[in-house]
Amino acid sequence: MAPTVPLVWYQILAAVLFTIGVVGVLVRRSALVIFMSIELMLNAVNLSFVAFSRQHASMDGHIFVFFVMAVAAAEVAIGLAIIVAIFRNRETASVDDVHLLKG
Amino acid sequence: MSLSLLWLVPTLPLIGAIVNGFGAGRLPRKVVSAIGTGSVGLAFAIAIGCFAQMLSMPAEERLFVQQLFAWIDSGDLSVPVRLALDPLSAVMMLVVTGVGFLIHVYSTGYMSHEKSYGRYFAYLNLFTFAMLMLVLADNFLLMFFGWEGVGLCSYLLIGFWYQKPSAAEAGKKAFVVNRIGDWGFLIGIFLIFVTFGSLDFGRVFSEAPGRLVLGSALATAIGIFLFIGAMGKSAQIPLHVWLPDAMEGPTPVSALIHAATMVTAGVYMIARCHILYALAPTALLVVAIVGAVTALFAATIGLVQKDIKRVLAYSTVSQLGYMFLAMGVGAYTAGIFHLMTHAFFKALLFLGAGSVIHALSGEQDMDRMGGLKPHLPRTHLTMLVATLAIAGVFPLAGFFSKDEILWSAFSSTTGIGKLLWAAGLVGAFLTAFYMFRLYFMTFHGASRVTPEAKHHLHESPGSMTNPLLLLAVLSAIGGFVQVPLLAGGQRLGAWLEPVFADAARLQGHGTGAHAAHNPGLEVALMAISLAVALAGIFVAHRFYVADPEAPKRLADRVTSFYRTLFNKYWIDEIYDARIVQPIRRGSERLWHGFDAAVIDGAVNGVARQIERGSAFLRLAQTGYVQVYALILTLGLVVVFGYLALR
Repeated sequence: MAPTVPLVWYQILAAVLFTIGVVGVLVRRSALVIFMSIELMLNAVNLSFVAFSRQHASMDGHIFVFFVMAVAAAEVAIGLAIIVAIFRNRETASVDDVHLLKG
Repeated sequence: MSLSLLWLVPTLPLIGAIVNGFGAGRLPRKVVSAIGTGSVGLAFAIAIGCFAQMLSMPAEERLFVQQLFAWIDSGDLSVPVRLALDPLSAVMMLVVTGVGFLIHVYSTGYMSHEKSYGRYFAYLNLFTFAMLMLVLADNFLLMFFGWEGVGLCSYLLIGFWYQKPSAAEAGKKAFVVNRIGDWGFLIGIFLIFVTFGSLDFGRVFSEAPGRLVLGSALATAIGIFLFIGAMGKSAQIPLHVWLPDAMEGPTPVSALIHAATMVTAGVYMIARCHILYALAPTALLVVAIVGAVTALFAATIGLVQKDIKRVLAYSTVSQLGYMFLAMGVGAYTAGIFHLMTHAFFKALLFLGAGSVIHALSGEQDMDRMGGLKPHLPRTHLTMLVATLAIAGVFPLAGFFSKDEILWSAFSSTTGIGKLLWAAGLVGAFLTAFYMFRLYFMTFHGASRVTPEAKHHLHESPGSMTNPLLLLAVLSAIGGFVQVPLLAGGQRLGAWLEPVFADAARLQGHGTGAHAAHNPGLEVALMAISLAVALAGIFVAHRFYVADPEAPKRLADRVTSFYRTLFNKYWIDEIYDARIVQPIRRGSERLWHGFDAAVIDGAVNGVARQIERGSAFLRLAQTGYVQVYALILTLGLVVVFGYLALR
């Protein structure tokens, strides 16, 4: 039996990816990069799902991953449209310039 | 015709008011006239049908009640919208729809140059509806509904030319003074409800003799408070001040509301509640005294007024005084009789005056009239009939009705009957004098018409003169429904007998005061009052035709008295100084001291504190999405950290 990668390694990788995503959302100013960071977080979760699924020999995790990917695709389509619309109107994609909700 | 059509009588004018009200400015004038006059005309036709039907029934069964729908049903209080037709309300219904119809027809001519034609007819129809609800109501609250409805329409129509400040002021004055009366009326209704637990006429009046002790304080209080309501609506001293000012409204309105119908609502209400008054002799005495004083007092003011409509207004106040005098001595039939004949001749006088004003392009000052007889032949003739009728010349309507009141006062058992009779007699002399003063100043003597008005001088169109002719006929023969002394002559008395019989029984004398009287004395008194009326006419003739300088000489000799009369005993000024201004000053003090400082201060202070607090909280709302995301993340870290370390 070939030596397998232990589950915890997957978890560590997923956690690292997720943290990079969170930090990216919090510190980057470009809306596009923030978007990519969100994708990173989603994929970190996906990785974790698949790993657990393999561990438990069940298909549930795989199914979840497909849902996450489908929803993420829809979200990207809408999110990019919003970013394009904002850019057209304001000629910027920096989130700091979009703060109409300031009280 | 079946009596069950009764509900149509008030409903038709209501429909007319709604159609004309919403169509105002959109419907063509012809349609407005057709709806306005047609609805009232049809109501009049149905009223006649109901009356004829009732006439064919035996006297004791002449009461028809029609329940339309439940209005208020709450605990002990149950008030249905229910119409009741009995001989008394039938008389009122006929007067309101009949005279109302003629005045609607007249209005189509008088208001033909008016811009807001539809609005006018909508108000007039609404008034007719409210007045019919008042007279047909079967309980106090529904009556109060009609009472307030006519008050509202009176306000709207007095202020019809609202662009004119004096008209708007007069409307407000009428409304406010009527509120004072309505306060009394409401208190009276509350007392009745507390005492009887019901507002139904039938129940209250049938239980009254059992529940109220004759002459008790409660009975007197109910009578007095109801009478305060009547004083407001029917312009009795001291609440008479609004009626002369109400002449700011269009003249047909003065004829319909402020002469023929609405102002008689107080008289009708007292006649309706006669059982309550029979149990309160003190209240009845107050009614009689206020009536007699008003009759005399208003007549003296009428002697010197220059505005043709104001003379008629004071005359109306005075004649209403006569009606209350009749009520006060328990002569309800005589009061209702005078109410009816007065509706005919006073509506005619107002409409005739309107015709004169119309012919003179809006002139109302009698100093700029005179010599109009050849120019306005029909108006002159009809006005002469009405003037003779109100002066009480045999055999016109006013003679019979006024004489019956004077006779009832003379023969009444109140103790001061002779005094009341004397006051009425002096009033009759003054009435004859000021009415013929009006007649002579308008139609006889040298013309004092301005050249401008003379240029446009014309007799009024048929739509105006035909109602005048019809009313003149009624003023001439209206008195024959109640001929004294003749056997079977008292047709009105016999008709109203089932309504008033119970009061007569309670008061202990027979049908009115006529049971045990002396025909010779009555004829003598009649001769006296006729002589007095003729004397008034003679004096007026001497003053205003034979020697036109005489009034001026007399006025110069008694300047202060003349000025007091001319300024209406300074009552408006006294009210203004003693009541209106102090209330105004007090209100202004409350406004600045309490309303602006305390109430506004509290409300604004709370708002300011909230604003200050939120300014601090607002700092958290930076508008930067990433700050929110950071806070979210930190929150998650804290929650998970807590869960992990627990």
